[in-house]
Amino acid sequence: MNNNLHILLTVAIIAIVTAALRFAPFLIFGGKRDVPKMVKHLSNALPAAIMGMLILYCLRNVDIMSGSHGLPELFAIVVVVILHLWRKNTILSIASGTAVYMILIQTIFA
Amino acid sequence: MKNKTKGTVKYAFIKSLPVMAGYLLIGIGFGILMHSKGLSILWTAAMSVFIFAGSMQYVAVDLISGGASLISTALMTLAVNARHIVYGISMIGKYKDTGKYKPYLIFALTDETYSIACDTEIPEDVDKNKFYFLLSLFNQFYWVVGSILGSAVGNILPFSTAGIDFSMTALFVVVFINQWKASKKHFSSYLGVIASVVCLLLFGAHSFIIPTMIVIVSTLCLYKLFEKKEVKHEQ
Repeated sequence: MNNNLHILLTVAIIAIVTAALRFAPFLIFGGKRDVPKMVKHLSNALPAAIMGMLILYCLRNVDIMSGSHGLPELFAIVVVVILHLWRKNTILSIASGTAVYMILIQTIFA
Repeated sequence: MKNKTKGTVKYAFIKSLPVMAGYLLIGIGFGILMHSKGLSILWTAAMSVFIFAGSMQYVAVDLISGGASLISTALMTLAVNARHIVYGISMIGKYKDTGKYKPYLIFALTDETYSIACDTEIPEDVDKNKFYFLLSLFNQFYWVVGSILGSAVGNILPFSTAGIDFSMTALFVVVFINQWKASKKHFSSYLGVIASVVCLLLFGAHSFIIPTMIVIVSTLCLYKLFEKKEVKHEQ
């Protein structure tokens, strides 16, 4: 039960914060007020930086010094990058990279 | 009037097609991921209905299975979904007179819905408000259906799903590349990666997110202020 409660609270918080972020601009700037330049700048510049952070977040537990040394991750990411720059197809890039990673950690790096 | 409605439904459907494949597949990926972590189809559906944010839902799987604290969850959501503020700012004009549809339109403003809504020149014989509403609705429908399918299918897959959470990493890499290509200076992209690496080394895997966000936001502000000063100088 405790576990379910934790999940419920987690999902609820995410839903509420996400909704708050979506509604905020309409509530704050929906009237006649002008959007401050710094806010505009941040909202344009932030996404790319956060995406970089998210990638590192995914890789945060990778240990370069031991185990598989992050090699499956490296190979799979390279596959994603090359495929995406070449074919520009989101689904193809994600599916292929994931498949490569799954195969690697289930076989060579098991 | 009935004719206009039919035409609007068709138009919205056609406009949503590019999103359909993506949302179905990534939704299925999310469903499979949830299933692989032992999280029920009900949670999966609930998240896709009430959160409706792809990247964040993937991160959520991690937060839930890792037993993250509620504060961490809130901060992470703030970081990951801060970009929705941008979408909102750009859609204030377009969504202004949407009446009863407005709350749902704002709630359902995802990356993809935003890019289509922003881009589309709505023809004369299409009901603008209904169009936005149906576009958002169709998109969320694909997403929820995909999630449920993925969760249901998780049971009958003939292979081990070990490593499937890499789909999240792959998704972020793809979006990162798209953002890189869309901008000329790449300062933000570099900043995000470098700040994260440094903070990861300094604070460790558990505690690097907050310092990273602080570094990113303050650096971006300083960068902007510095830019202003330079321009003043040249004058």
